[in-house]
Amino acid sequence: MKPPPFSYAAPTSLAEAVGLLTEHAEAEPRVLAGGQSLIPLMNFRLAKPGYLVDLRNVAGLSGIRREGNTLVIGAMTRMSEVERSAEVAVAAPLLAEAVGFIAHTPVRNSGTVGGSLAHADPAAELPAVALASDADLVAAGPGGTRRIAAAEFFTGPFSTALAPEEILTEIRLPVWPGGHAFVEFSRIHANFAVVGVAALIDLDGDRIRRAALALTGVAPTAIRAAAAEGVLAGADAADVTAAAAEAAGAAAEGLTPAGDLHASPQTRLALARTYLRRGIELATSRARNER
Amino acid sequence: MAPTTCTISVTVNGRPHVAEVEPRRLLVDFLREDLGLPGTHIGCEHGVCGTCTVLLNGASIRSCITFAVQADGAEISTVEGLARGGEFHPLQDEFSAKQGLQCGYCTPGMLMRACEIIAENPDPTPAEVRSAIASNLCRCTGYQFITEAVIAAAARMRATKEVAS
Repeated sequence: MKPPPFSYAAPTSLAEAVGLLTEHAEAEPRVLAGGQSLIPLMNFRLAKPGYLVDLRNVAGLSGIRREGNTLVIGAMTRMSEVERSAEVAVAAPLLAEAVGFIAHTPVRNSGTVGGSLAHADPAAELPAVALASDADLVAAGPGGTRRIAAAEFFTGPFSTALAPEEILTEIRLPVWPGGHAFVEFSRIHANFAVVGVAALIDLDGDRIRRAALALTGVAPTAIRAAAAEGVLAGADAADVTAAAAEAAGAAAEGLTPAGDLHASPQTRLALARTYLRRGIELATSRARNER
Repeated sequence: MAPTTCTISVTVNGRPHVAEVEPRRLLVDFLREDLGLPGTHIGCEHGVCGTCTVLLNGASIRSCITFAVQADGAEISTVEGLARGGEFHPLQDEFSAKQGLQCGYCTPGMLMRACEIIAENPDPTPAEVRSAIASNLCRCTGYQFITEAVIAAAARMRATKEVAS
């Protein structure tokens, strides 16, 4: 189908963009980034915004830079730019690995980091990366900018802490010192994940000092697996198999995933356990190899 | 209220155009209906099948999930721009010679994606081509002949130092 009619503006400044969202509030405006989630929804007429504020001409929203121990990625940075970035490969390899699972090159050439995070699909990869990394998301609104912790950002399926007139401007990822892994199961490569796992493991000698784990596809939003992280703290990194299985079991205990035509709740639980285990083992072995 | 139409300037296959479009005009419909370039096909209309693939400033995109207004100021390449002076582009030639198509519906998207693949990697392996063209669906060929055609075209383009698009 074709998208329903809407009014459109492509402002050149963030202040103007925020102003337009406020001014046209009654038209239920949406922000247009790359459009790779929004436009299909509009083609299906599942989304019918009366006004689109296109960010493509707003300066300063795109780019990747390092600020000390933080990697800062502009919201309008394209997925393919992240994929090719040497800076991301060094400072946030978890993000680089996750982007490889997101659709195919032609979609990644248009799709943006901020667009995916603000869209907040419960099966998307980047929310899990943001959660596991303890990222901060920066939003601009009528009252200025504010930082939102990833843990506070995802409030439900396709719902975030962003106010209707706020615009996501950048994501700030603390650099993780240890090993990483993003693993996922999907029916066909590049489809949305049935279950995905973001794993970060930091070592202290042969022991796991700290683990950060997040799952996608098993709850209304991406979630942290705090119980599993607790199990892994202090575990022997040289022989992590048993601890990984125990952690995966602990994580699965609190989960009540919904079933849909892709997978039943039971399948999702089994996949979550398996992919958690794989993610933990891979991140641990990388942490050991990278020392 | 914002205007009901927008003025955009695009260069398509080297030719500049200025046009008035509704904001909701999809790029693929703009190319086909407004510019009279029906070589770019419409398949799924939600970004999955890839037959609407065109190059935007050299990068492959899905023109069915891109608004024409988003392409304002851009250079677009479509399948109509591949042949030069009545001669097939090496990719078209090899798709024909190696039977890289049957019904032909996916072919415009496959050719444009193949341009990008070869531009990024002039000497891809069959495995790399298979992985890269997973972005585009073909329901006839099983992809084997498409892969062979891309490999053969890449070899010819390396020999003649031809640019991909």
